[in-house]
Parts: sequence; C-alpha cells; structure tokens
Amino acid sequence: MSDYNFAYLDEQTKRMIRRAILKGLAVPGYQVPFASREMPMPYGWGTGGVQVTAAIMVPEDRLKVIDQGADDTTNAVSIRKFFQRTAGVAVTERTAEATVIQTRHRIPEVPLTGGQILVYQVPIPEPLRFLEPSEIETRRMHALEDYGLMHVKLYEDIARHGAIATSYAYPVKVEGRYVMDPSPIPKFDNPKMEMDAIQLFGAGREQRIYALPPHTRVVSLDFEDFPFEASKADHACALCGAADSYLDEVITDDAGGRMFVCSDTDFCAGRRTGEVAA
Amino acid sequence: MTPLLSVQGLTKRYGRHVGCLDVSFDLFPGEVMGIVGESGSGKSTLLNCMAGHMVPDAGRVMFDTRTEGPVDTVAMAEPARRMLGRTDWAFVHQHARDGLRMGVSAGGNVGERLMAVGARNYGAIRTAAGDWLERVEISVDRIDDRPGTFSGGMQQRLQIARNLVTGPRLVFMDEPTGGLDVSVQARLLDLLRGLVRKMGLSAVIVTHDLAVVRLLADRLMVMKDGRVVEAGLTDQVLDDPQHGYTQLLVSSVLQV
Repeated sequence: MSDYNFAYLDEQTKRMIRRAILKGLAVPGYQVPFASREMPMPYGWGTGGVQVTAAIMVPEDRLKVIDQGADDTTNAVSIRKFFQRTAGVAVTERTAEATVIQTRHRIPEVPLTGGQILVYQVPIPEPLRFLEPSEIETRRMHALEDYGLMHVKLYEDIARHGAIATSYAYPVKVEGRYVMDPSPIPKFDNPKMEMDAIQLFGAGREQRIYALPPHTRVVSLDFEDFPFEASKADHACALCGAADSYLDEVITDDAGGRMFVCSDTDFCAGRRTGEVAA
Repeated sequence: MTPLLSVQGLTKRYGRHVGCLDVSFDLFPGEVMGIVGESGSGKSTLLNCMAGHMVPDAGRVMFDTRTEGPVDTVAMAEPARRMLGRTDWAFVHQHARDGLRMGVSAGGNVGERLMAVGARNYGAIRTAAGDWLERVEISVDRIDDRPGTFSGGMQQRLQIARNLVTGPRLVFMDEPTGGLDVSVQARLLDLLRGLVRKMGLSAVIVTHDLAVVRLLADRLMVMKDGRVVEAGLTDQVLDDPQHGYTQLLVSSVLQV
C-alpha cells in the first residue's frame, strides 16, 4: 500500500485525538484543547479537520471532501488524494454514499443520516475572540456562562446595518449551555445542525476540538424583535432550478453577466440526473 | 437596620508591604461613604478588595443581597460574585477607558449589562440606552458613536450610564473625577449627586480630592499607610480634624 501508517498519523496521536473527540461529544459545544500536529499542509487549509478525519477513519470508510460546497476545488481534491494515498480508503462525491464527510464551510443539502460523520475545518474556534482578545478571559466567560458580550455583537450589527448582518460563522448556543462558533458555514446552514449524524469540529492552528452528538439542540442567537433568519440569495439555481438550496453567485463575463448556482455541486448534479428528488 | 455593606477586619498585604490593615465599617442603604488619603495609603486596594477584584488576606465583606440577606462576598462562588457585579453592584473606574469597551458603540456599552442579565429585545435595550444617555447629558444622536470619539468628560459620564443601567444598589467609585478639568469635574459631580439622591444609591467613593467628598459623601474615612486614622461625618472630619494627618490633609488644600 504505502509506507505511511494508516491515515498518516501515528497510533498514539490518533489515540490522543480520539480522547479529545470523546470528551467533546460528552460536553457538547465545549472546546477541548488537543496537541495538534504539524500536517503536510499549511495552517488554514484544514489541518484540524484532517487530523480529526485521520483519527476516526477505518479502512472500510468511504470519504467525501467538500470545499465551499464543491467536490472539485483544490482543497477538496488534495485532501481526498491525501487520504487515498495514506489510508487507501474509498472516496466518493455522493453525500448519501459517504460515511465520513470532511467539509469546509458548508453542510450538504441532502440531510445526513445516523452513522455518517461530518468533520468541519475550523479556522477560529472561539466565538468570543473578536470581542475579547484574552484567551484566559474567554475561557473564564465560557466557564461562568458569561455571554452578554455575544449579544453586544449582534446589537452592534443591528445598530449599524439595521439587521443582523452576520451571515456566516453565526454564533449558536448548544444544549442551552455553551456558545459555539459553527465554523464559517453560511447562517443558511445553521438550522441543519440539529441532525442525525455526528458533527466534529477540528481547529489545527488553535489546537481545539469540539463536537455535537446527534440530535443536539443548537439554537442560533438572536433578539426577540430581530429573530434569526436563515438567509440565501433570492433566486433559484440556474442549472437545476432548486429554490431551496444555498446559492453561489458566479460572474460569467465582464459586462455584468451573472448566474446563481447551487453551492452544493453533488446536490445540483444529482437533481439534474434525477438521482436526488426535486 | 441591616447595613447594605459591612466590612469587617479587611486586610491585604503585598508581601512585606501592607495594602490595607484591619479596616472595618458599615454602609447603610442610601449612604455615601468617602475614603480619602494620599497616594499609596491603601484606599484603592481597599476598594478593589470590597468589589471582588482582589482577594483579601483576611476579613469579611458582608453584602445584604436581595434574596438571601447578608452574604460574605469574599467566600462567595465566582459565578454568584460576577452576577452581583453586573446587577446590584457597579464599579466606576478612574480612567473611563478601563470601564468601557472602546470598540463598541455608546449604545452597545450601555446595553451590555442589560444583555448580560438576559434582555433579548433590541427595541427595549435601545430605548433604555437612549434614556440613560440622556440622563447623563449625552445627546441621543451620539448613540451609535464609539466612545473614542467622545471627550474625557463624556466618556466618564458614559461609563456611569453603563454602570447604572441595571439599577444597582451599591456603586464603587475609584477617583471618578480624576484627570478631568475643573469645570467638567463640577458638572460630573453635580450629575453624580443628582443620580445618587434620586436613585437612593449607596456608594463608596475613593478619592484624594476633598472637594469631591465634601459634595457627595455623608461619611468620611481618612486612610494613611493602610490604616483608617479617622472616621466620622464628612463635615465634622473636614471642619474639625482631630488626627494630625487629617489636619495636614485639610490644610494642604489650596484656598482660591
């Protein structure tokens, strides 16, 4: 096969990461510190997600990698190749066929099922980071459930823009306890986080792992008079016609031409071939 | 009558040096206590120990809570103390920058304490913030400006609004007029006196400015080298100082 240990990481490291994952699952939304390893890719390219995927992967797994909804962009292609080479696992682009899905910034449109695992790549795990620069202080705030500051951010949004302008990495409260950064997924995906599959979050540079067990209550923060809204571009997909999927705006020429297409490429292709029900 | 705050034998040492030594006093509801003394006399240490920012080496700080009656805040659990810190207590720093969030608008600064205790209606929070800005004489159309664009006196008034918005019962003030010019000081004092009287607040004011305590404080404690050397009614202490140090302090004030 290859000279690498299965899935690149050595067994002791995987064991350490699995412990962090189990702790994260036991305390949903809590950021568990772990000894992040150097990976053969730059920070910001998914080093945290790759380590989590490597730690949970078994030879029977079928891996799908999503980058901003797409299966065919640089990040997705190279991570998929990385695990094909170091673990020899099967890969797929179909959401329904995959057992492990590593994702950057999207949740697939097709609902995930029990038995599947969704692994997020997280750049900055601390939702309070841009409000409170001190790590000591933010940890204390989490410990004491001192989350008034989080609403100050939303207040500032409304005061400045007339509505909650935060459109991605929208803060959520997990099981009524921890405020969590859902990684930079669009807020359109926030309601999907109450799902049947396990969700794991890995931040390599920041050395944190957190997790959501299936059916965990995930509530997006908001105000009574400015409720949370899962927004998307007000169009239908130009290729498959879906009106309820998250869309990318694609500039097609330099004369102002543009089209809106599904961000989830597998979902869009499936609808066009008739594999995914309309 | 139960004192709102009862300090008993409070002591804080910094290694061999004494911060404050065996300080005891009672503060009753609606009363304003002034603490004066020169730099290094331990008055700020005393204030920080009372407000829970520092852990004293000995002594008790009993606070008459709304639900459970007198509780020792030194022995209290951190979450409960923080809750007190954003509901019944307020702390006005000498430098407004220490007490404000400079990256957040004036309205957000005032609303933070409301949101921290569970206010979730944007309209109501904004109305309360605007109301409080008016009460501290800041024009409501500055509600979305950041404190950095405010003058020193306005920043200090904003800090006061931010602290009083949850209707605290006890306010700790650390040199609230320090670093402001005299006319701004006068206006701030006037405002503070009005608020304290109107809301029936109890306050502990630390200052080295005798004029501030003369205007605001009902009672006065004079500190030197970490000890209380004289205590009594403000006018009594200032007009007829008994202790040598208090006499020096009173006579050091320049008469214009």
